[in-house]
Amino acid sequence: MNNLAGSQTIIEVIYLIASALFILSLRWMSSPATARRGVWAGEIGMVLAIGGTLLHEGIVDYTWIAIALVLGTLIGIPLGMVQMTAVPQRTALSHAAGALCVTLVGTAEFYLRSPDVPAFTMAVLSMEVILGALTFTGSLMAAGKLQEVLPQRPITYKGQNIVNLGFLAIAIAIAVYLVMHPGAKQVFPFMVGIPLVFGVLMIIPIGGADMPTVISLLNSYAGLSAAAMGFVVGSKLLIIAGALDGSSGFILSVIMSKAMNRSFTNVLFGAFGQVQASATGKAEEKTVRSATAEEAAGILAAANKVVVVPGYGMAVAQAQHKVREMFDALTKRGVDVRFAIHPVAGRMPGHMNVLLAEADIPYDRLMEMDEINGDFPQTDVALVIGANDVTNPAARTDQSSPIFGMPILDVDKARTVMVIKRSMNPGFAGIDNPLYYLDQTLMLFGDAKSFVSDIVKELGGGH
Amino acid sequence: MLINGLFIFMLAGFIGFEVIKRVSPLLHTPLMSLTNALDAIAVVGAIVLVGEHKSTFSAVLGVIAVIAATSNIVGGFLITDRMLKMFKSSRPTKP
Repeated sequence: MNNLAGSQTIIEVIYLIASALFILSLRWMSSPATARRGVWAGEIGMVLAIGGTLLHEGIVDYTWIAIALVLGTLIGIPLGMVQMTAVPQRTALSHAAGALCVTLVGTAEFYLRSPDVPAFTMAVLSMEVILGALTFTGSLMAAGKLQEVLPQRPITYKGQNIVNLGFLAIAIAIAVYLVMHPGAKQVFPFMVGIPLVFGVLMIIPIGGADMPTVISLLNSYAGLSAAAMGFVVGSKLLIIAGALDGSSGFILSVIMSKAMNRSFTNVLFGAFGQVQASATGKAEEKTVRSATAEEAAGILAAANKVVVVPGYGMAVAQAQHKVREMFDALTKRGVDVRFAIHPVAGRMPGHMNVLLAEADIPYDRLMEMDEINGDFPQTDVALVIGANDVTNPAARTDQSSPIFGMPILDVDKARTVMVIKRSMNPGFAGIDNPLYYLDQTLMLFGDAKSFVSDIVKELGGGH
Repeated sequence: MLINGLFIFMLAGFIGFEVIKRVSPLLHTPLMSLTNALDAIAVVGAIVLVGEHKSTFSAVLGVIAVIAATSNIVGGFLITDRMLKMFKSSRPTKP
């Protein structure tokens, strides 16, 4: 008995150390200089926690634990080695895996304990399972859309929010019933099944451009469901890890929704996919000026300050390595080249930074929106590669625009604006961009990768 | 345990807010993959479920849960480290 109590204390101490390491791990993420140390701290904490758990006195069967750990590792390695462009869908998949784990454990715990489940435990268990199940299917849907297995366009219909909220309300009603009647095993499957359907319905109306917010939100849900599981299984370490993950996802969702000028309630209720077909009817004959790669290279080479604005289009065209070659060629000529990163550029928070870092562009050249916006009037050339809405000046000036009020990169204030774009077709959101018709704007029509590569050739040929 | 748990949740939530607010937007993608890996600590609950083997049903769900969470731990740490390795500063080469 004494011995058992002793091993229990050892396990608790190990969990305490692991908790401290997890917090340190996130703290070290604050700067790129210490961030890798953060990963180490997290890894040590994780190994300690798993090792400590194996000491748990109730464990009688180690074979299946070992088999599951090995299988999980074998699946995890390829998931950790994906290409950087596939990181958004990989992240969505990992939200799904985390949520799956939590949902399964919650389900198993319910059937082991029912009907003797105290009201509070049943309430958090319901929260765990509902959040877990909707995060599981929601994240799978998000991953499918990001991988383009599923259509990226939002699918909307009248009364969608009412239908969706109706599903959620039924799930919550079942949860309330179970809190009062924890022996009602027959209704439990519905409390799992309905949120599974809700998760799918929740993502259907969401388009690709809204993915940064959605991924962050799913991140937050995954964290909260894990924290709820911590209450159910009585693990303080899990409560802490879940709370950290939940608040991280929450903060990122707030940043993303601010960057898209959406209120947080708007995001919470999943109404964010709606893209109003804007009043683009007034199609006056507007003229655009276009330029060739040779002309563009000449303008860039003559500039002192260049700001590159990358967007999802750059990732799609896999142009980041060519952009890096252009960066090198211009830097060699003494041109000051920086990159302006809008918070929602790409498909997840920080997506562009990772792609540019992968292409070996030093991170101190990557500027946040607030840092760089004041510099555009002194910028000779703003070069937009595969970004659209985040550069649309209508967000500042045109009250009727659906994106009015969204903070944008003020590229229109640069002396010359060059936009690499496939054609004049409006972008994903179908919103016309007045930037393209400005006097100082030159359109560079073509695929981002081949156009940048042509510019590089011209720059190289000049010397 | 319940009230203790709520205290812990509240404190950890505040710490999370303060710590994560300071993370540079530069690192938001690796931050998300790291918190994902840390969140997979849920594996401890799943391991106990498998190890205690109270019913076949709970053990089977537990095995799937351990596999899912372990894939997140391994994949999450691996990709976070790979991403962070790529972030290089130009400062050392500058005069």
